[in-house]
Order: sequence, then C-alpha cells, then structure tokens
Amino acid sequence: MFESKSGVLLIAGLFFFALAFVSNAVVPMVMYRHLPEKTALQVVNGNVRYQFEDLARRYPEPFKQAFGSPPAGEAEEQAWWNEKCAEALKVGRKVYVGEGCWHCHSQFIRPVSNEDRRWGPVSRTEEYQNELQRPVMFGTRRVGPDLCREGGRRSNDWHAVHFFEPKRLSVGSPMPEYPWLFEGSPEKPNLKGLALMTYVQWLGSWLECYPDHEQYEESPTKALTLTEAK
Amino acid sequence: MSTEAVPQQLPEHKDLVIEQLVIWYFLAALAYLIISMLGGFLMALQLVDHNPLRGIEVLSPGRWRMIHTNAIAYGFLANAFLGALHWVVPRLTLRQVASRALSYFTFAAWQVVVLSTAVGIMLGEAQGLEWGETPTWIDPLAQLGLLLVAINFLTPIVQTRGPMYVTLWYFTAAFIWTFLTYAMGNFVPEYFVSGTSAGAVGGLFIHDLVGLFVTPLGWGLMYFFVPILLQKPIWSHGLSLVGFWGLAFFYPLTGIHHFLYTPIPMFLQHGAVISTIAVEMVVLTVIINFFGTLVGTGQAFMKNLPIRWFYTGMVYYFLTCLQCAMQTTMTFQALIHFSDWVVGHAHLVMFGVFSMWLQGIMTYLFPRLFKHEWYSKTLCEWHYWLSAIGLLVMATDLTLAGVFQGYWWASLQPWEVSTEGSFPFWMVRIYAGLAMFIGQIIFVYNICMTWQLSRRAAVPATIAA
Repeated sequence: MFESKSGVLLIAGLFFFALAFVSNAVVPMVMYRHLPEKTALQVVNGNVRYQFEDLARRYPEPFKQAFGSPPAGEAEEQAWWNEKCAEALKVGRKVYVGEGCWHCHSQFIRPVSNEDRRWGPVSRTEEYQNELQRPVMFGTRRVGPDLCREGGRRSNDWHAVHFFEPKRLSVGSPMPEYPWLFEGSPEKPNLKGLALMTYVQWLGSWLECYPDHEQYEESPTKALTLTEAK
Repeated sequence: MSTEAVPQQLPEHKDLVIEQLVIWYFLAALAYLIISMLGGFLMALQLVDHNPLRGIEVLSPGRWRMIHTNAIAYGFLANAFLGALHWVVPRLTLRQVASRALSYFTFAAWQVVVLSTAVGIMLGEAQGLEWGETPTWIDPLAQLGLLLVAINFLTPIVQTRGPMYVTLWYFTAAFIWTFLTYAMGNFVPEYFVSGTSAGAVGGLFIHDLVGLFVTPLGWGLMYFFVPILLQKPIWSHGLSLVGFWGLAFFYPLTGIHHFLYTPIPMFLQHGAVISTIAVEMVVLTVIINFFGTLVGTGQAFMKNLPIRWFYTGMVYYFLTCLQCAMQTTMTFQALIHFSDWVVGHAHLVMFGVFSMWLQGIMTYLFPRLFKHEWYSKTLCEWHYWLSAIGLLVMATDLTLAGVFQGYWWASLQPWEVSTEGSFPFWMVRIYAGLAMFIGQIIFVYNICMTWQLSRRAAVPATIAA
C-alpha cells in the first residue's frame, strides 16, 4: 500500500489533502455559518458616509468627475450617497489590493505584544464577514503600521497629501509615492484616489470607539522638567 | 534504478528525453529568476529610500514585490521543476511522457500564464491573496495547464509495474496536490467563502504551495539525483517511507500557523502548531537519511559541485525547519509575526533550499544537455559561493532584524523607531541580495559561453556528416 500507485494517489494525494481541507477550512466555515457575508452596501455606515461626503466637499470638481452629482429628492439622494459610497469602497479595495498595500500594512490587531494599546480593540471575526474582505486582508508583514483601526484618525486631506508624497507628512517613511491616484497635485485626486481614501477611512468605522486616537498623554517626567524650567 | 542492468532491451535516452525542451524550461526559469531578483532589488532600494524609479506606476515597488514572489514560484521554480521533470520522469519510468506535443503546448501555455500574471500585476489587477496574486482571469488557464502537466507525467508513471521508487511517490502526490492546491487557493476564498474562513483557506494555500508543490518535487529530485551522483543507494528505505508518509499526513494540516492570534478558532491554531512541530520531526528523518547516504563518500561534498549544492540546500533546510519549529509556537509568534524574521525565513526556504537544489541540478545537467563541459568551472564555483554566502548573510540579517522589530513594536515606541532601526539591516540585505544576484548573472554568462563552445564543437561534426 505504502509504495503502490493507488496508495500514493488515493491516500496521500486525495485523502490526506481532503482531510486537511475539512479540518482546516470546512471547520471554520461551519463554525461561522451564522455570520452571513455582508455586501459593500450593507457595511456603509454613518462614519464612512461622513468621510465620503467630506471628500465631496473638499474636492468638488474631482468628486463630480468620479461619481457624478446626487439626484434631486431626499430619499433618492440618500440612496445615491450610499450606493456611491459602496462603489467607492469596492474600487478602493481593488486599488488597495492592486498596489500591494496589504503587503506592508496588516489589518488585524492581535491580543498580544501590546497591539491593542497601540491600535485599539483586538480584531473579531464579525469584522471580516463582508464582501470587502474577500479574500481576507489580514496581511503578512508590517513595514508600516496596522490599518484596521485607521479610519477617522486622520483627515482626508492628510491622506491625499500622504498618498501623493508620504515624506511631506511622515519624514523618513519608506512608503512609495502614488502620484497616479491624482491628476498632478494632491488637490486633484482621481476616482482611484478618492476611492482609496474612502476605503481607508472605512477601516474601523464600524466600531464604537471610532475614531480610535492614540493617546498622547504628556509624560509626567517631561512636565516636571518644564515646571522646573519655569 | 537498474538502468544499466539490461541495456539491450531498454529504450535509449534520446528517445526518452526531449532535451530541447529541458533547455528551454531551464532558460525560461533563469530569465524569470533574474526578473524576480530585479523586483526584489527594487523593493529593497525603496525600503532604504534609494529607489531611482519613483512615481512610475508600472514600476511601483508594491506591484514589483508581488512580481518578485510570483516570478519565483511560478516563473523560476515551476519552470525549473518542469525542465527537471522532463529529464527525470522518462528516465526513471523508461517511458516517454504521454505526448510530446502536449509537452511543447504546456511549455507555451505556462509562459503565457506567467507573463500575463506579471503584466496583470504591473497593471494593478492583482488578486488579494499572497502567492495567488495571479489575476482572476488567468486562473482558469493556469488550472488547465496544471491538469495537462499532471496527465502528461502521470501517464508514464501509471504504466510502470510493481512498487514505485521514492521519487515517484513524491511526484505522483505532487501532481495531484498542486492541482488541488491551486484550485483551492485561487477559487475558494475568491468566490465561495469570506472573512476568517477565507483566511484559513489562504493560510492553507500558501503553506500547501510550499509543502505540497515545491517540497515534494524538490525531495523527489533529491532522491533521484543524490544516489546517481554518489553512485550508491539511499541509506534507509524505511526512513524514506517515514519521510514521505509523514510529510503527506502532517504538512497539509499546518496551514493555519500563518495566522496565529487571528480570529480563526484557537483550537485550530493550536492544532496547526502541533502538526508543524510534527513536520519538523519528519523532516529530521529525511535529513538523517540523506546524510546517512553521504557517510563514507563525504569528500564528494568538496569535489562534486552538484552534490555540494544539494547538501548545502539540505543544511539550509535543516536550519529552516529548526527556525520553523520555534517560530510556529505562540510564544515566538507574539514577538516575530509581521516582522522581517518571516521574510528571512521565506528566503531561506525558497532560495536557500529549493533554488539551491535546482541550481545544482542545472549545474549537473547543462553540460549533458549541451554535450560540452562547462566553459569555466571557476565561474561555477563563484556562482555557488556568491549564492550560498549571500543567502546566509541575508537570512541571518533579516532574522535578527525581525527580533529587533518585534521588541520595538511590543515596547510601544513610536512607529518610526522600528523603520529607522531597520535601516542598517535593510542595507546589509541589499548587499547580500546583490551577491546572490551577481551569482546568477555569472551562471547565465557561463551557460551562454558553454553553449557557444558546444556549437563550435558541433560544427565540424555537422560538416562531416
């Protein structure tokens, strides 16, 4: 059996592979079957809508070019904003994947290594059960910081300048420039740029503690030195 | 392996092996290796802030990082393996591949797959799955290619009678596994599941790609070439059995160890950790088996260059697995996950082990394919030493960098501390990578010169005929 063709083919080739697939993939699928996958439209929330409308106010011309103008009528307008925001999230995610952002920025907070102190609450399964996490963006390397609590921490114009030329805002950052998300200057983001900003502002927007700011409490030692100086 | 026992009844080598195709596969592999290393070099330059090609969309380091990994997996490793398989399988089974036309077709189809993957990634069409970045519209073609490869090689293997030699256990399983793995990794998380479960499938995919495509083909080739070069059988058949069946059982179970401390259920994570440690035990038996084979003919390591490539690869394999047994534990993961340790580990496996073996196989086969000695044995030595030392420096450097990064992050220092602190490590990595790169350029140059010499040597013979 151990050296025969059928043994190798059926037991090692098919059976062991299937065993691993069942135990490592089907088991979590079954365990999480009560968490249906949400669509992009379903994950649009007030926080990300606020950021999306902020983009429309800050960059009226580029925004109009990319998404058009809202229709008349209160209900139609609301539906339009939600739909366009969902569309922006999908395009933004495509840019995020296509540019390989997720090879340097992870999207999950582990319960170890003080990560919840640096970035916010530890990641939970529910957060990943949606269309925008297909395939999931856990990430693999952190050259830059984790991004899954990034939404709302910085303003849209900060992101625009940062995507255009990271060094203007983070001196010494090894992040590459992305001028092709803009029409020549940070004031003119194109569809891809607007969509990517919406996507980044969405990350963590579903949490209670949005936006999750780092706590910059003044260190007591430093305060003491200042008082002494006075 | 009794090829010399009854020579009059056996088919001849020229009827079995399509040498032309083996050469083509190897050259394609080396071309992708160079492209991949250029991509890695670009990303390395970006990290130390010396990227000369800033702001060019199709040359964005983020995109070229994906080309770097994909060109190695699908361009270099797959092509080099296919080349070697076209030499090994017909010689071992004493039968031709199912169809020569199919061999040529898969060669062409595979290059289309790899090139369109590269172009797709350059245009920003990548799929969000590590090592599965092949744009979704190429996936069906790649899947078809893998099916054809499996049919082409499994036909002669199935026609053999009696128990199979170790190499063929590994190959048979690998053809099935590669097909299934590619299907699972590229279609399941894209179309069927999302979120945490998709993460579990992704982990399974990246690990199976190493464990069920690269590893079995690599070990299968070692079980073929090492006894031939040392002219003696493998030390222990029992250990060969333990190695194969242990790998087949435990390796696929380890996928989730790539995503420890994620929301994937904890008991599955612990299961993956335990099977990973079991894999290291299995690997140890294989290594013992090969070093047992070397005992008594140790000087081959010094004198025989392909053997030196193979056994250096095995030493690195042992180091990789030792590293792996530690890093897979929850304690280590807390510190080193997401850091350069992982990058160092990946290079140690992919370059230090499998590329080393394939370089050794090419060093052995090119003179036989060209029917001419190497143009320069010294250049072959340079190729070896630059690759071996360069890789050792890179892996050590990145592993160390990972430990530092882990502590910087855990101690809640500002993020810049970790990038600025990594700078010296990233500088060393560039020079180590350059050494490896120059080694490959030397190899390609040596191949060109050998080919020219072989043509010059062949000319009078043609005229005489």
